[in-house]
Amino acid sequence: MIRLDNLTKVFDTPKGAVVAADHINMEVPSGEICILLGPSGCGKTTTLKMINRIIRPTSGKVFINGEDTTGLNTQELRRSIGYVIQQIGLFPNMTIEENIAVVPKLLGWDKARYKARVRELMHMIALEPDAFLKRYPSELSGGQQQRIGVARALAADPPVMLMDEPFGAIDPINRAVIQDEFLKMQQDLRKTIMFVSHDIDEAIKMGDRIAIFRAGKLEQYSSPDDLLADPKDEFIESFLGEDRALKRLNLVKVHDLVSQEVGTVTPDDDLGMALSRMDDFGYHSAIVMVNERHQPVGVIRRSLARTTKGYCRDHFEPLPTVTHLDDDLRKVASLMFAHDMTWLPCVDEGGRLCGHITQRDITHHLGARYRVQQADAITEV
Amino acid sequence: MPLQSLRGALRLLLIGFVFTAGIWVQASGTLDELLFYLPDVQFLAIEHLWLTAVSGGLAILVAIPLGIILSRPSMARAAESAMQVLNVGTTIPTLAVLALSMSFLGIGTVPAVFGLFVATLLPITRNTYAGLKGVSAALREAAAGIGMSPLQRLIKVELPNALYVIFAGMRTALTINVGTVPLAFLIGAGGLGELIFTGIDLYDPVMMLAGAIPTALLAIMVDALIATTAFVAVPRGVNPSRA
Repeated sequence: MIRLDNLTKVFDTPKGAVVAADHINMEVPSGEICILLGPSGCGKTTTLKMINRIIRPTSGKVFINGEDTTGLNTQELRRSIGYVIQQIGLFPNMTIEENIAVVPKLLGWDKARYKARVRELMHMIALEPDAFLKRYPSELSGGQQQRIGVARALAADPPVMLMDEPFGAIDPINRAVIQDEFLKMQQDLRKTIMFVSHDIDEAIKMGDRIAIFRAGKLEQYSSPDDLLADPKDEFIESFLGEDRALKRLNLVKVHDLVSQEVGTVTPDDDLGMALSRMDDFGYHSAIVMVNERHQPVGVIRRSLARTTKGYCRDHFEPLPTVTHLDDDLRKVASLMFAHDMTWLPCVDEGGRLCGHITQRDITHHLGARYRVQQADAITEV
Repeated sequence: MPLQSLRGALRLLLIGFVFTAGIWVQASGTLDELLFYLPDVQFLAIEHLWLTAVSGGLAILVAIPLGIILSRPSMARAAESAMQVLNVGTTIPTLAVLALSMSFLGIGTVPAVFGLFVATLLPITRNTYAGLKGVSAALREAAAGIGMSPLQRLIKVELPNALYVIFAGMRTALTINVGTVPLAFLIGAGGLGELIFTGIDLYDPVMMLAGAIPTALLAIMVDALIATTAFVAVPRGVNPSRA
């Protein structure tokens, strides 16, 4: 857990005092990622760097796991906090192994222990130890270097990590890969992380909570979904962008709103049966045909079922695509647009049909929060 | 391709030139005359190297700590003025420095070593300072952020990353030092300058060459020695010559 208590930084500049961080109060629960987000110069980086005293706070306190860090020795404090910076900052004079082992060595681990730890970390970040450990940072790609940067920060297994735009300097394709890898690692590691970003999409993807900063003040601190659904003021609304409702698509998974009940036909059913099933379930356009293992194999169009006689197996059309339970709605919406469909069947890991999702479900889900707000507003009036 | 053939031609020309010079030196009897000075050259070369070693060694011992101190963030304001003073210092010709040091310390080895020390100090200090200042802010922040003490940062991160530049400073300074030692003869300190200046005074070109050629060879030797040391001592990751 990280708790900031009235944390303030005032810089004395020739033009007078500048308040870079103004009485910041916030708490990051253990095991969560908190994204500090805002335009440049808003105080997010200053706030982050006051936690490990790269920038000395003017006033206020930092608590880590309930302990006031004010009295701690700076070096010891920093060794207990993983630190990743945008410029990566691997030491070019050291091999990869030496870079990762820096903190364990500072903490006085014996050789066998830190060597084993380095190998463990290399496996965690999916780089082959024997191929990389004896090489120097300059021989690695940017993406590989930042993976090592993350490994170095994790080396002594600190409970808390600070990350200052860690993936900002990596090209978009590699960035997405590293973000995914990092989230996967975080599922097991459950570190408490403060993460500075200026990229709203990264914040929504990575954050359990998002703190929006503006001119040294913490403006809003909430979960990504709350933030997107209910921005506090116009500044935050404009910062999030006009398509903020669409951004929420990233946050919702198919299994959150898939319909459990789904009507199907089998190849041996006749088209009349298909038509009556469609009526029973209220399907306007088509119904899914499944095989004996309940895997979707095709669709029977309503228009066809109404005008033709015969068995489903002779009259189905191939299924253009399906969604999976773990897909987010952004992907679902994209698939719907790509295939000109208003609904998609959803399958589980075994490829068995387990429900369907419609455009109506999506808009209804996203709109639910706004309707509640409007209802509240009306009752207030 | 044309560049390569040009270089080949130049190399041939050079070999031809050296060969012809060798024939001339041998045929004219100059070689025998030069060899006549061999015992003197041996004695004076050792004296020469000793002057370089003492003045250069002292300069390294002072310049590197000085450069380190000046590069500390707490010294930032004083450092710029100090570097200005040192820069003005270099513009004074070495001969003038020697003359000045003679007028304070008299004649002999001590003023010569002092003068050479002053002349060698600056390039090493400047490169140490520049090398350490050139270590990127991101590296320093990373080193601080993972919990290194200021001394650990200096030893484990800053110095290794500045080492190549520091060695370059030592290389320049010591090579110049070897080339400057002959002037020390003028204030009575010995070295190969004895043959050079006596040769000039006596209008004896062979005697002068007997001093000048070994001086040049010593300078090349010292340069090669430091280059080799740098090659070995600077970590591979930050050593451009081993990249």
